[in-house]
Amino acid sequence: MTHHATQPTAPANAPAHAGIYRYDAVDRQFITERVAQFRDQVQRRLSGVLSEEEFRPLRLMNGLYLQLHAYMLRIAIPYGTLTGQQLRALADIGRRFDKGYGHFTTRQNLQFNWIRLEDTPDILDALGAVDMHAIQTSGNCIRNVTTDQFAGVAADAVADPRVYAEILRQWSTLHPEFTFLPRKFKIAIIAGDHDRAVIRAHDVGVKVKTNAAGAIGFEVYVGGGLGRSPFLGQKTRDWVDEQDLIAYLEAVLRVYNRLGRRDNIYKARIKILLHQTGLAKFTEMVEEEFASLRGPRYHLDPEIVAEIRRHFAPPPYDALAETVVDAAPGTAFARWLETNVAAHRQPGYAAVTVSLKPAGGIPGDATSDQMDVVADLADRFSFGEVRVTHAQNLVLPHVRRADLAEVFAALDAAGLGAANVGTIADIIACPGLDYCSLANARSIPLAQELSRRFADPERQKAIGDVSIKMSGCINACGHHHVANIGVLGVDKHGKEAYQLTLGGDPTLNAAIGDLLGPAMAEEEVADAVEKVVDLYLARREPGERFNDTLARLGRAAFKETVYAAG
Amino acid sequence: MALQAITANRLRDGVVVWRAGDGTWVERLEDAAAFEPAAAEQALAAARVDERENRIVGLYAFDVVVENGLPVPVKIRERLRGLGPSVRPDLGKQAPPPAAA
Ligand code: SF4
Repeated sequence: MTHHATQPTAPANAPAHAGIYRYDAVDRQFITERVAQFRDQVQRRLSGVLSEEEFRPLRLMNGLYLQLHAYMLRIAIPYGTLTGQQLRALADIGRRFDKGYGHFTTRQNLQFNWIRLEDTPDILDALGAVDMHAIQTSGNCIRNVTTDQFAGVAADAVADPRVYAEILRQWSTLHPEFTFLPRKFKIAIIAGDHDRAVIRAHDVGVKVKTNAAGAIGFEVYVGGGLGRSPFLGQKTRDWVDEQDLIAYLEAVLRVYNRLGRRDNIYKARIKILLHQTGLAKFTEMVEEEFASLRGPRYHLDPEIVAEIRRHFAPPPYDALAETVVDAAPGTAFARWLETNVAAHRQPGYAAVTVSLKPAGGIPGDATSDQMDVVADLADRFSFGEVRVTHAQNLVLPHVRRADLAEVFAALDAAGLGAANVGTIADIIACPGLDYCSLANARSIPLAQELSRRFADPERQKAIGDVSIKMSGCINACGHHHVANIGVLGVDKHGKEAYQLTLGGDPTLNAAIGDLLGPAMAEEEVADAVEKVVDLYLARREPGERFNDTLARLGRAAFKETVYAAG
Repeated sequence: MALQAITANRLRDGVVVWRAGDGTWVERLEDAAAFEPAAAEQALAAARVDERENRIVGLYAFDVVVENGLPVPVKIRERLRGLGPSVRPDLGKQAPPPAAA
């Protein structure tokens, strides 16, 4: 992980199939040293040798934040992939060092909310024991690379995007040149037309694709990002050869590192640089840099790519015929099959999404006991693999269709049987003012209220895939800008208030939602959202999706229905 | 001018604390002092010593009113700090004390 070379390396002794990248001795040694260093730093902080000013950047580099109620530890889950063993270790940390639960975030990370500073080195040791850490979850560095939760599973993908996410992880981790960027830098990567990682909302979005000759290459988007000034990533190159991936991204980063603003935190992201420079000029500068970098030093060695690919080789599936699963119509199981079970490229298998959105629940929260249940199911039914989605759910990526009934029963018994993935009740919500010290307003209580209002499966089905996403402040961790219906918490004279945005879209046709009107009080929000949904249902034409109806009717129609007196 | 209370997190474990009238740090908002503006400034200056001596972090003063003799934060942010997450009444300061064995 800290090879400090331009070339990623593949560890020796890779198992024939792993489904997950295993650390090598260098990675392990690095993690161990890093924890020992932090243990010493914590000791020096507690004994007063280090001031908070000196210690703060050190703790942030290890994922430790000070939040509204306590310290919060953000743990990296590289490209959202976990083993059952790792998830069990997280559950155990939650039980031993926190209050028995954790929160999965839109960055495919896990946050613990009640951490004691003095316990942190032991927690990092426990993480290190399962090849995990909390590095690159904070600070102005290249953050944890995120990807499609169905990587290696989705039939529409041309490759497993985690291969390249891993290459980028190795390239970016502690890259000496990119440890102090003007601002944080987020990369997301997909490998098909169906964007499940919202790549155009990232500083860099990468789409893996193939050309007519079947060679792998990349389409690159730069300058996306939500937050105070939301922008969608713009395509800077339609094709980068596989061997030039690092040279190209290094070129983008160099232009950013050189020209990105360091004097104003609100203008420091690459999206502002691109916006102010203009796409043509920015692309020209990147091309110039790329031309100078392109060459042997930055070439991705195909053998290394092949070696890393071997780590993500498919698990040893059984050769199965396509299986039809019987479910009595109208049962919870039948409904769950429809909403939570996705097609798998391997006949007889399916990818199961475990909803962390029970009606009235806290989006993304899972208890340690629930994590254990999912970890055990992963070991028994999914080759020991679990994924985390940016929509704050978990995935068992390789379940035999014949086992689905048993998996559902076990999930349901653990309170994880909600059949609502991809429906309006599958709400994304950031922690908001219930936990986050940057928040203006709470987001979880509204998500709970809305998930209760939209809990009826028949109504969910009638509504279709309308999305609701909520953020407790303009930092937009809850991705409200790219929701069909976005909810943003604002401060109105010291009181919580909320703005609605309509028309956002997180796919490759990304769109930023438009503000509907003045902010409203908490108790008005759920009614307003229902009015928006009701108008859509009343006026949509057959097959029309929310944003199409919105475009046809115009925002004014929705505004009128929401703000009409009485 | 508004009354103010003073809050911070305990360095060692991150627990939210408030400054009491006698200069100690207390774990419950109801035990916090509500200072008149001039006294608040003094108390904050005194609290900074504890910050420098590495007992607390994240020190700041916030507005309160006094109701029934108890300090009540003006803003929801500090009310939530005094209670815990509104969505988890079982956690934080508001959590019911563990049942006696
Ligand atoms: S959007 Fe704001 S309130 Fe929500 S988690 Fe991010 S910083 Fe906190």
